[in-house]
Amino acid sequence: MGKIIGEPKKAFITGNEAVAWACLVSGAEIMFGYPITPQNEVMHYWTRLAPKYDRRFLQTEDELSAGFTTCGAVQSGVKAFTATAGPGNVLMQEPFGMAEAMRLPLVAMIQQRGGPSSGTVIYSQQEVTLTTFGGNGEGHRIVYSTSGHQEIYDYLIKAFNVAWKYRFPVFVLGDGYQAKMREPLEMYDPEDHGIELVKPYPLIGLGGKIGEEREPSHLCNIYSMEEELYDVVMKMAAEYEAITPQLMEWEEEFCEDADILIVSHGVVARAAYDAVKALRSQGIKAAYFRPISLRPFPAQQLRDAIAKSGAKKMLVAESAYGQFERLLKQEIYGETIKIEHLFMPGVGIIDYDVIEKVKSIL
Amino acid sequence: MMAAPAVPKSWYLPSKPHKFCPGCGHGIVLKALGEVIDELDIQNDTIFGCDIGCSLLSWDFFNCDSTQTHHGRTTPVMVGIKRARPELVCIGYMGDGGGYSIGSQHLLNSAVRNEKITLILVNNTNYGMTGGQMAPTTLPGQKTETSPFGRDPQLTGYPTMGPEFLAELTSEGAFIARATVSKYRQLKKHLKNAIINQMEGNGFSFVEVLSTCPTNWKTNAQQTWAFLEDQMEKQFPVGEFKSPWGKGVK
Ligand SMILES: Cc1ncc(C[n+]2csc(CCOP(=O)(O)OP(=O)(O)O)c2C)c(N)n1
Ligand code: SF4
Ligand SMILES: [Mg+2]
Repeated sequence: MGKIIGEPKKAFITGNEAVAWACLVSGAEIMFGYPITPQNEVMHYWTRLAPKYDRRFLQTEDELSAGFTTCGAVQSGVKAFTATAGPGNVLMQEPFGMAEAMRLPLVAMIQQRGGPSSGTVIYSQQEVTLTTFGGNGEGHRIVYSTSGHQEIYDYLIKAFNVAWKYRFPVFVLGDGYQAKMREPLEMYDPEDHGIELVKPYPLIGLGGKIGEEREPSHLCNIYSMEEELYDVVMKMAAEYEAITPQLMEWEEEFCEDADILIVSHGVVARAAYDAVKALRSQGIKAAYFRPISLRPFPAQQLRDAIAKSGAKKMLVAESAYGQFERLLKQEIYGETIKIEHLFMPGVGIIDYDVIEKVKSIL
Repeated sequence: MMAAPAVPKSWYLPSKPHKFCPGCGHGIVLKALGEVIDELDIQNDTIFGCDIGCSLLSWDFFNCDSTQTHHGRTTPVMVGIKRARPELVCIGYMGDGGGYSIGSQHLLNSAVRNEKITLILVNNTNYGMTGGQMAPTTLPGQKTETSPFGRDPQLTGYPTMGPEFLAELTSEGAFIARATVSKYRQLKKHLKNAIINQMEGNGFSFVEVLSTCPTNWKTNAQQTWAFLEDQMEKQFPVGEFKSPWGKGVK
């Protein structure tokens, strides 16, 4: 693949445009999509960029189809992706389940909007449970929660690589603010950052003479015996757990010594970080911890942060009514730190909200 | 001594004998399809996708690459593969429940988009795999597990006429036909044209096949055949509904 960006360059663009560019430089050949706000401009940019680079697009009849066409394309050995939000994410859980079961390297950009139901078209962090554990499986998927445009770009490149290296579906979890906002980022060709793109390969349509040179590839997705499925799921769990250490991503600051540990993810972490700095300047020992990968969850790292900081309290801040907190609690089961929360479902959180909350509970 | 009937080269022998019930029509459809794959010499280029339903039992039937999908979702999976790798011959295999009910939006829209795929839909007037419930194709008055007193069109409408509506929806280049397992030569001809049409890149190709399900119909051999020929074929006329070559050319 020739260079697309050339010299790394600063851009001032929306998050949805960053998605299109990131998928392009990652070598995605085709996007399947269905309109839903706040994801639409991913398709708008992709349909303009794609023909220039001999890439393709199909607007499907619904999100079920967008998800299943993506499954088909990756089975045939082509890097493919989709993007959705809200009720579209609900519908896509069916094909995402197939990707989970068949270990398909599907990549999806999720731009969270308000829920339940059609909710709002703007913003939330209410698709955490759905994106991490949606479907009738065990959550053997990889989910990165980004906080801004640079990360959208970086983590989508990573998403394609991780998907094709390990063959688990990968989700980049953004939101309507990140989708629609403009902010600066550096765009680059992955090779220029020392990132080698993992090559796609087919699972069917393998070429060669079947029956003479090779056996047919029969991809199975439903089992007659309980024991067969048990073996499949246990193998999947073991492989997922084996790669977990390489996949864990998080950010932390001031965790060496603190009275309160503020934990958040995604765009809310930006407000939390500002709040922590402001609190410190006022003499309140606050610390910052942010899981970037929600699946797998950096549980040990959070436990370590609790231990080394000596914090007696934790504040969980999220633009949802406890989806992130539930995930976190199950991951650090047994810790005795007191957990307080700031739940603001479907609305933005700014540093002021976090600071006020901290002062009210300390 | 009579020679044993030839087994199509494209059959995968380790999966034989097949897993369908005795008297099931699926085996006849797949035999015809196997012969077509042989005659067109496309075994190495074919992707066979099967729905969830009794069609699923064919997942390892052929010595071709294949994939299992979800109930009703074979169409979009085939579309995704074909869009990604147009050189492959993508054949989706589904039941009447999968195609006309849960997956009808995919069927309709892929037909409108003239997707270059071939879909084979087996109409056995019921949901076979789940134990004989009413399907979109169940005949008026026909008893099933969920229409135990017979399908009442006042309550549940009339049977879905797939090829008829698809012929209306599709544009130039589409191939649309209905066949029956009781007319093997015609069945094979339609299947062959439906695949040639994809290979020529003309457009969407669809064959509904009237098929037997003695297990859920609770019929003996004679009654099974009578239901197919006397009742189903009356409700569902067989033949070519649309063809890029004009009637009877190929
Ligand atoms: C989403 C979903 N709903 C329901 C089912 C259960 N199910 C499995 S097969 C089937 C019916 C199959 O009927 P048909 O498509 O007519 O195929 P046949 O078995 O008659 O060949 C159903 C409803 C399923 N697998 N997935
Ligand atoms: S249940 Fe009916 S369709 Fe299914 S295998 Fe048996 S006879 Fe065939
Ligand atoms: Mg059926």
